[in-house]
Amino acid sequence: MASASAATQVLEVFRYSPEQDPEPHFQSYEVPFHDDWVVLDALNHIKDRMDWSLTHRWSCRMGVCGSCGMMVNGEAKLTCAAFLRDYYPKPIRVEPLTGFPVLRDLVINMDDFMEKLVQVKSWLIPKEPRELSQGEYRQSPAELARYKQFSMCINCMLCYAACPVYALHTDFIGPAAIALAQRYNLDSRDAGEQQRAEAIQADEGVWECTFVGECSKVCPKDVDPAGAIQQAKMAGAIDWYKALLPRGKG
Amino acid sequence: MREGYRRPIPATWWLQKRSYSLFMLREFTSVFVGGYAFFLLVLVSRAQDPASFASFYEALMSPLSIVLHVLALAMVLYHTVTWLNLTPKVVIVWRGEQKLAPFVIAGAHYLLWLVTSGAVVWLVLS
Amino acid sequence: MGIPVHDVLIVGGGGAGLRAAIAIGEEFPDLSIGVVSKVYPMRSHTVSAEGGAAGVIKPNDSLDDHCYDTISGADWLADQDAVEAFVNEAPKELIQLEHWGCPWSREPDGSVAVRPFGGMKIRRTWFAADKTGFHMLHALFQTSLRYKPVVRYDEFFVTKLLVNDGRCQGVTAIEIRTGEVHAIGGKSVILCTGGAGRIFPFTTNAAIKNGDGMALAYRAGVPLKDMEFVQYHPTGLPGTGILITEAARGEGGVLLNKDGYRYLQDYELGEALPLDSPDHPRLRAMELGPRDRLSQAFVKEQERGRTIQGKYGDYVHLDLRHLGQKKIDKQIPFVRDTAKNYIGIDPVYEPIPVRPVVHYMMGGVDTDIDGATSLPGLFAAGECACVSINGANRLGSNSLTELLVFGRRAARVAAGFAIENPAVDEDAIRKQAAEEEERIRSCFLERTGGSETIADIRTDLNTTLDKGAGIYRNEGALKETCATVLELKKRFGEIQLTDRTRTFNTELQNALELEFMLDAGEALAFSAVARTESRGSHQRTDHPERNDEDFLKHSLAYRTDGEPRIDYKDVVITRWPPGERVYGKR
Repeated sequence: MASASAATQVLEVFRYSPEQDPEPHFQSYEVPFHDDWVVLDALNHIKDRMDWSLTHRWSCRMGVCGSCGMMVNGEAKLTCAAFLRDYYPKPIRVEPLTGFPVLRDLVINMDDFMEKLVQVKSWLIPKEPRELSQGEYRQSPAELARYKQFSMCINCMLCYAACPVYALHTDFIGPAAIALAQRYNLDSRDAGEQQRAEAIQADEGVWECTFVGECSKVCPKDVDPAGAIQQAKMAGAIDWYKALLPRGKG
Repeated sequence: MREGYRRPIPATWWLQKRSYSLFMLREFTSVFVGGYAFFLLVLVSRAQDPASFASFYEALMSPLSIVLHVLALAMVLYHTVTWLNLTPKVVIVWRGEQKLAPFVIAGAHYLLWLVTSGAVVWLVLS
Repeated sequence: MGIPVHDVLIVGGGGAGLRAAIAIGEEFPDLSIGVVSKVYPMRSHTVSAEGGAAGVIKPNDSLDDHCYDTISGADWLADQDAVEAFVNEAPKELIQLEHWGCPWSREPDGSVAVRPFGGMKIRRTWFAADKTGFHMLHALFQTSLRYKPVVRYDEFFVTKLLVNDGRCQGVTAIEIRTGEVHAIGGKSVILCTGGAGRIFPFTTNAAIKNGDGMALAYRAGVPLKDMEFVQYHPTGLPGTGILITEAARGEGGVLLNKDGYRYLQDYELGEALPLDSPDHPRLRAMELGPRDRLSQAFVKEQERGRTIQGKYGDYVHLDLRHLGQKKIDKQIPFVRDTAKNYIGIDPVYEPIPVRPVVHYMMGGVDTDIDGATSLPGLFAAGECACVSINGANRLGSNSLTELLVFGRRAARVAAGFAIENPAVDEDAIRKQAAEEEERIRSCFLERTGGSETIADIRTDLNTTLDKGAGIYRNEGALKETCATVLELKKRFGEIQLTDRTRTFNTELQNALELEFMLDAGEALAFSAVARTESRGSHQRTDHPERNDEDFLKHSLAYRTDGEPRIDYKDVVITRWPPGERVYGKR
């Protein structure tokens, strides 16, 4: 009988180096099994002790920087929060997030998202400008609660990886960017909804979403981007009907 | 085109995950929802003319038509239930710092659905 | 072919770097700004800060009180003119961030809420639940997107400062995606690269915190100041070192030893009030004492055999149970999530095992009150800099504010420098960058016959600093650490890489980061052995007293070809003469 400390687990890791591989392949590594290890620990162990060429992004290892999202057995996960023990003793397949081009191994190209953040104007567009000497805007705890959930997005891209619409049409603005737009739309200090509507009410915006709902299921921070998108659809529809009324936008 | 290797997406992507398959099923049920709405329109227009309605009514009694009706009912029910279950994502009602619980929102919609259905039944039967 | 040149080039896209970029975008809209960062800005380690940011805002508070808390917390090693500037500008910066959308937690009347923090005698810590750094960073990042003159170089890794004609004129950076080495010019350069916690084995710090900026400046001849002062945060999770925020104690959490006893009362931190007392938690006392004292108390308690033994070393208990689920979920939800996810403990029902963990470098690149270094054109702000407001021990929640205040101050002066000075000499810096590229090629990418691995040297560096430069230090152990670090630098010359490709070569990046870490570790160890007194976080068992006569001074470590040269400069004292640090008194 193998003792617990000698237990191992196999990781099947997606490998692709554009300078060396015409096509990606999977490589298996047998790593020590520890019941408090996460998949990221196993990847770091491989990199430090077995194969320095293995390439992945990571930083805070506590679920807040958003760097280490990958597909773990087909599910989009933060690898710093995916424990080996939940898969043991079966092998774990680790792949880069789906829906994105792969730069190398487990590293995706997320330029697209960075541009979309700008498109949706994910910053505060103040209702009324305020001088520093006037102090803070007043915002009640209830007003804060309206948008707080959508402000928790760590940009980890798991929602994009879970979204089949984004995989098929990368023009789709996508869950996180729309949730962030909605975060500001719902902020009592903000008056930018009309400006953001240009991007998020466009064809590539909320209306591209068919409400698969997977984005909200994989979100590690319970942001509920699917909810944000549907709520933005509702707001857009109400605006559209309002515009039809004789008195205009009311 | 963004730099990097793009993995091909197989045409059967929606079979690879249960949640995707259920989503596709929900999308598919729309065909029945739309189809049956069209059928109702035809039914209403035929009902204007008692002569042609008799033969139409006859055709509706065929086993094939009954099977189709049962199937359509199942599909529309699936569509309705999944749709109503999603309403708490769309309709958010705030009471101070708390959201109204999802089951309240969905429950209200179910209630509305039952009341409306009841009203329709009452209208048709009376 | 031309190289990209900016008026102000900022290295690092965390809190300080982004605040600096926005400051220039707002106040000098004609200047072009480059932000070079080895990670996407929202991945920067500011994101991990939890508890809050200090700034005087409430009517019961005063600027002088914040100054006094900071200076006494620093064991009088802070420059008092810098502290005054900091405290003065802190509230404005926090309000500014509010205007940019930061979701600060609120009072029922809609004003910002404040919470108590360690070493502060009045509640003055602004917070966004317990993800303050995260919300600040994302608010800054998203705000920075508005400014068109800001050109970002995301995932570019800076390897060298380009100094020409006695002036810093840019950097060499590897574009990680392609492996290409670029020269990027800047009429002035601001380092905002964060700390170096990763030189220690057990740290709250993210993987990216390798002392990059400190080493870059050190190699360019700028001294590193007060590097011996390393902050141990008293409450990290054993094993991973993941931080449990001080806000947990600010909300009333207590530390218990193996007997369930609030042991801090034995270490001159005041009496233990009952948990249901309206005065609990008492400010500047017990669990709300300063971090250095609390971490030292842990070691003493361990020596008395009153800590709990675990798989990853000894620990004590952080007990939050009496706060109740409602308060925990509202004020410190991330603490609960983290404890549940990483150690399977729900703090609503069980105490959290915690132990001291390396958290913050008080020392860093020597700058003046405006972030200027001794090298013209080079500025620094944030954790990589030492202004110094933190002295021998930083108070919790001062560092997030420091990013803002000194990010902006450095930006304004760097912008002025860029306006007043002539263009960069592109030919000269391109030539230097080519030399750097050659070094990277010959020493790393194409080198053969080396015998050392990154992991081995890194592990040995971690081990020796942990052994010699931990919470309590002595001459013997420190001398050994100094010798080991020098030896490790030699061994680094024998490093052998295996990955010879250019695309996203993280092995190369890790090697260059290790080289930075060795420089930071060297400055730390040699500064520590030279300071033969105990002050704040630097505790020498062989010199247990504070010695103001000889050491009310900042240490300055200068790089040489051999051992670093250690020099000193006076601390600026304005209105608060050195006194005894007293905590827990009524």
